[in-house]
Amino acid sequence: MPISPSSMINQYKFEDESELRDLFITVDDPESHITAIETFITYRVVTKTSRGEFDSSEYEVRRRYQDFLWLKSRLEEAHPTLIIPPLPEKFIMKGMVERFSDEFIETRRKALHKFLNRIADHPTLTFNEDFKIFLTAQAWELSSHKKQGPGLLSRMGQTVRAVASSVRGGVKNRPEMFTEMNSYMETFSQKINVLDKIAHRIYKEEREYFNEMKEYGPIHTLWSASEEDIAESLKGVASCIDKCCKATEKRMAGLSENLLPILHEYVLYSEILMGVLKRRDQIQGELDSRVDALASKKTEKDLFSEEIGKLEDKVECANNALKADWDRWKQNMQCDMRSTFTNVAENNLRYYEECLATWESFLASQTVDLHVEEDSEDRP
Amino acid sequence: MLHEPLFSSSKKMEDCLAKKMEITVSEAEKRTGRNAVNMQETYTAYLIETRAIESQSEGQCAPVDSLWRRYSEFELLRNYLSVTYPHIVVPPLPEKRADFVWHKLSADNMDPDFVERRRIGLENFLLRVASHPVLCQDKIFYSFLTQEGGWKEMVNETGFQLKADSRLKALNATFRVKNPDKRFTELKHYSDELQSVISHLLRVRARVADRLYGVYKVHGNYGRVFSEWSAIEKEMGDGLQSAGHHMDVYAASIDDILEEEEHYADQLKEYLFYAEALRAVCRKHELMQYDLEMAAQDLTSKKQQCEELATGTVRTFSLKGMTSKLFGQENPEQREAKIKVLEEQIQEGEEQLKSKNLEGRDFVKSAWADIERFKEQKNHDLKEALISYAVMQISMCKKGIQVWTNAKECFSKM
Repeated sequence: MPISPSSMINQYKFEDESELRDLFITVDDPESHITAIETFITYRVVTKTSRGEFDSSEYEVRRRYQDFLWLKSRLEEAHPTLIIPPLPEKFIMKGMVERFSDEFIETRRKALHKFLNRIADHPTLTFNEDFKIFLTAQAWELSSHKKQGPGLLSRMGQTVRAVASSVRGGVKNRPEMFTEMNSYMETFSQKINVLDKIAHRIYKEEREYFNEMKEYGPIHTLWSASEEDIAESLKGVASCIDKCCKATEKRMAGLSENLLPILHEYVLYSEILMGVLKRRDQIQGELDSRVDALASKKTEKDLFSEEIGKLEDKVECANNALKADWDRWKQNMQCDMRSTFTNVAENNLRYYEECLATWESFLASQTVDLHVEEDSEDRP
Repeated sequence: MLHEPLFSSSKKMEDCLAKKMEITVSEAEKRTGRNAVNMQETYTAYLIETRAIESQSEGQCAPVDSLWRRYSEFELLRNYLSVTYPHIVVPPLPEKRADFVWHKLSADNMDPDFVERRRIGLENFLLRVASHPVLCQDKIFYSFLTQEGGWKEMVNETGFQLKADSRLKALNATFRVKNPDKRFTELKHYSDELQSVISHLLRVRARVADRLYGVYKVHGNYGRVFSEWSAIEKEMGDGLQSAGHHMDVYAASIDDILEEEEHYADQLKEYLFYAEALRAVCRKHELMQYDLEMAAQDLTSKKQQCEELATGTVRTFSLKGMTSKLFGQENPEQREAKIKVLEEQIQEGEEQLKSKNLEGRDFVKSAWADIERFKEQKNHDLKEALISYAVMQISMCKKGIQVWTNAKECFSKM
C-alpha cells in the first residue's frame, strides 16, 4: 500500500532530527515482473524535494534490488571511509521466509526505504551525484548511466593496488583512535550477533507458548458443558485465557516488527564498519608503502614528494571523514538501541497490563458470589 | 496449603473428627528396609501428628501424638474404606507416580518436590476423611491415626478383602443391566466426562508451563550480553548493565510462579481421582442392580419350573422338558420331591430378593445423599481453585509489570 512521505515522519524516529529536511523519499508498491529469463520485483521510489539542484520537486521511478546494490557500491567507491547504510541481504538463509513471499517482500521494502532515507540524512552522501540519478532517472537513463561509470576493471585495479600495498597495510602507523575503533567494533560485532540470536530465540519461544495457549482456553469451555454450578466460572477462565492468547500474539508481532529488524541492521552495520576500518587501513597502507619505498631511494625525492603529499592528503581526508561519520554512527546507534529496547519494554508492559485487566475483571465477577462467611472460615 | 472442605448444610459437622482433632502430615523421611521378599528397598515414611482440640481458655495445649506411615498403608486404609462404605464417594489419595510432568519437573518418586507435594496430598486426604460425616466415625480410620503397631493386622482381621468384589476391578466388566437407574447412568457418564476433560486440561497445562518456562529463561541470556556490551560503551553502559540485571530477575521469577501453579494442578488432580471414586459408586450400584435382576430372573425361572412340574404342561421350551418327554417322565414321587425342593428354593429366593431390594433401596438413598454432599463440595472447591488460578495469574502479571517498568527506565537512560 502506498505510503505518503508525510506519514513517514511518524513511522520511525530518524537520526539528525535537528536538520530541516528538504528531501523526502518513500519506497512502496512492490510489483512483480515476469520476463522470459527471470522474475523480479520492482519498487516504486517517490522523491519530494525543495532542493535547487533537482530540476523538479517530485519524482517517481521504479527500481529493482540490483539498482540498490549498484547505488551502494558506487557510494562505497566514492566514499571509502564513510559508513554506507546496510542493504537487506540478497537471500534469507534462515528458511523462515520464502523468497518472494509477501512477508519477504514487505521486510525488504521496509529495509530499502530505510536505506534510502539514511543516505538522505547523511550530510555528505545526500549530495552524491549517483544518489540523485538513482532517485530521478528513468529506467533507460539509469541503465545507460550505469554503463558509463568506472567499470569492473577499474574497481579491480583498485583492489589489486590495495592488496599490493601490503596485506596488513596501515596497521603499523595506525593512529590510536582507529585501533580503539577496531577493538570496539570487534566486541560490538560479537555482542550484536549474540543479541540477534537471543532475540530470535525469544520470538521462537513466544510463538511456541502461543501455540499451546490456543488449545488451553477451549478445554475449559468444553468442561463447562458438563457442569452447572461452575459452568460460568469455567467459561470465564476460558475467555481470559483466550484474551491473553491474543495479547501474546500482539507481543510477538511487536518483536518481529521492531527489535528483530533493528538488531539485524546492526549486525549488517558491524560488517560494514569493519570493512570501512579496513579500507582506511588500506589507504594508510598505500601511503606507508610509498614512504618506505622512498626511504630506500635517496634520489628522486622531489618526484615522489608530490605523490607522497597527495597520499598524505588522502589519508587525512579519509581519517577525518571516518572520524566524523563514526561519531555520527555511534550517536545514531545509541538512539536506535535506546528507542528499540524501550519499545520492547513497552510492548511487554502492554501485554502484562492487558492480561492483568482480564484476570482482575474475572476475579471481580467471581468474588461477588462468594459468601463473606465462607470467606472468613476457610482462610487458613 | 491446608484445604478444609466445607459442608455448609451438614449438622453433623460438629461431630466430625476434624473438629475434635488436629491432624497434620508434618514430615517425610527416606527409609530403607526389607520388603516382603526380603529385598532391600527405599521408601518414604510420613509423620502423622494428631492433637485433641480443646478449648484453649487456659492457654493449655494438648500433647501431640505422632506415628509414621508409608504410602502403602494409606492405600490399604483407602481400600478398606472403599469396600466397607461402597455407597460413599471415598476421598482419593494423591497420585502414586508423578504424572503430567513437564521437563523441569521430575518423574522420580524420590524427588524432594514430589515428596513434598505428596505430603500435602496425604494430609489433605486425612482431613477429607476426618471431615466426612460417615467416614470419620470409622474405628479403623481412628486407629490409623493413633495406633502405631498392629494396625495392618487389625485391618486384615476385618476381612474386608473378602467383601471386595473382584468384578468391580474389571473396568469394563460386561454385565448388562436391563433396567438401569437413569440417575446413576447420568452420573457415571458425568464422571467419565470429568475424568477425560481434567486429564486433557492437565496435559495441556503442563505443556503451557513448559513453554512459559522457556520464554522467561531465554530472557536470562540478555543479562550476560548486556553486561559484556556495557563494558565497551561509555554513555550506554549503565543503562545496559542495570537493564541486564532486571532481565535476570525476570528470568528467575518463573520458578516460584510455576511452583505455585503445581499446587493448582494438584487441586485439579484430586478431582480427577475423585471422578474415579464417583464412578466406583455408580459401578457398585450397577453391580447390585445386576445381582438383583439375576436373582429375580432366577426366581422367576424356578417358579416357572415349579409350575410346569405341578401342572405337567410345558409352557416354554426347555431342554429338560424335552428330554423328559423323550426319555419318559418321572414318577409322581420324584416329581413331588422336586417340587418340594423348588418350593423351598423359591421361598429362600423370595426372601433374598426382598432383602436385596431393601439393600438396593438403602444403597440408593445413602449413596445419593453422599453424592449430593460431594457435588456441593466439588462445586465449592473447583470454583475456589479457579479463583486461586486467577489470583496466581494476576500476581504473575504484576511481577511482569514491575520488572519491565524497571527495565524500561534503564533502557530510556541508555
